[in-house]
Amino acid sequence: MAESITLQIQRYRPEEEEEPVWQSFEVPRHDEWMVLDGLNYIKDNLDGSLSYRWACRMGVCGSCGMLVNGEPVLTCATYLSELGGGRGPVRIEPLTGFPVIRDLVGDIGDFITKLQRIKPWIIRQEDKPLSQGEYLQTPEELALYQQYSMCINCMLCYSACPIYALEPDFIGPAVIALAQRYNLDPRDEGSEERGDVLSQHAGIWACTFVGECSAVCPKHVDPAGAIQRYKVTATAEWFKSVLLPWGKR
Amino acid sequence: MVQVGVAAVGQTVNRINPKYQLYHPKWYRKDYPIFWWLEKFAYGKFIVREMTSLAVGYTAVLLMFQLWVLSRGQETYQRFLGFLESTPVMIFHGVVLAFLLFHSVTWFNLAPKALVLRLGRWRVPNALVLSGHYAAWLAATALVIWLVAR
Ligand code: SF4
Repeated sequence: MAESITLQIQRYRPEEEEEPVWQSFEVPRHDEWMVLDGLNYIKDNLDGSLSYRWACRMGVCGSCGMLVNGEPVLTCATYLSELGGGRGPVRIEPLTGFPVIRDLVGDIGDFITKLQRIKPWIIRQEDKPLSQGEYLQTPEELALYQQYSMCINCMLCYSACPIYALEPDFIGPAVIALAQRYNLDPRDEGSEERGDVLSQHAGIWACTFVGECSAVCPKHVDPAGAIQRYKVTATAEWFKSVLLPWGKR
Repeated sequence: MVQVGVAAVGQTVNRINPKYQLYHPKWYRKDYPIFWWLEKFAYGKFIVREMTSLAVGYTAVLLMFQLWVLSRGQETYQRFLGFLESTPVMIFHGVVLAFLLFHSVTWFNLAPKALVLRLGRWRVPNALVLSGHYAAWLAATALVIWLVAR
């Protein structure tokens, strides 16, 4: 083997150990290798039992998020050669905040359940008949929410959020950003329904604006911004409903 | 059936953990460290920002107290001013001022995130929202200075 780099990987095999253990592997060091390439090398050549998620290897599927040297990243988009001065060792763990099923695989059921609660689809009070054609949109209207539509559900923001770890009921950054993706879409009429979920304490108000969700987001969604914006909206709505008796309740 | 399944994978399950029950998933949940805010610079900065809000609260209470003392007459107020001018209190209030400034600056810097303003089709740029905040701060300070110095 030419030059190599050490990967320290957190293993958790419930049939073997009660608590996770660290295991080191030597993998070849190539300038163009991502962390995910290193993991695939281990799986193919050194230990086929290593478990982790991945699919597209191009930053779109959102499944290969892990903690690399303590930072939540997409392993398909993080160069091995840029970590620890290219010498390693590189520490790889599953994302914080999710119970570990095996090795680097976390249980993301909680995220999926919360995502469904905010109804991440376009809600219409009345659908217009197909014969009237599609709902057209101008580029300006698209720009209102486009940033939030870039989310790939990678959950790095959950891993970076101390509130989510401390207060498991918190609905979390990406779910709120995705709610805003639909709330701000002029074709959507469901913001009131979503508001019931978002305006609870476990919704936006649990957020204390640590801001790390936006710092780690690989798609520049800025979930922290989405949450603060929604706080302003929710407060304005509340004032309207209290001060204006004819306002919508 | 179970045996066939295991044989098909080509290996028997290594059961070193005696508590493990075959095919019963067992999640590992890690406790979140109490000192989580020491683990990342950004977390630490967040905690400092939150803690400095105590300085903001203290200052508000102090100002109200000062007004109350003023209502108790000239002599009481003079004594209170004397207390404020003593060295330990001056030092303490110097620290409070530093916290106050840190809180205001970090808070203002976050404001454009929450405030997305649109004038028709034009989105007011973040820099403008931010400088608007500072301008308002300056104006308020100038007003106070004018009132005091008048
Ligand atoms: S908001 Fe960003 S970090 Fe969070 S799930 Fe979406 S893409 Fe990932």
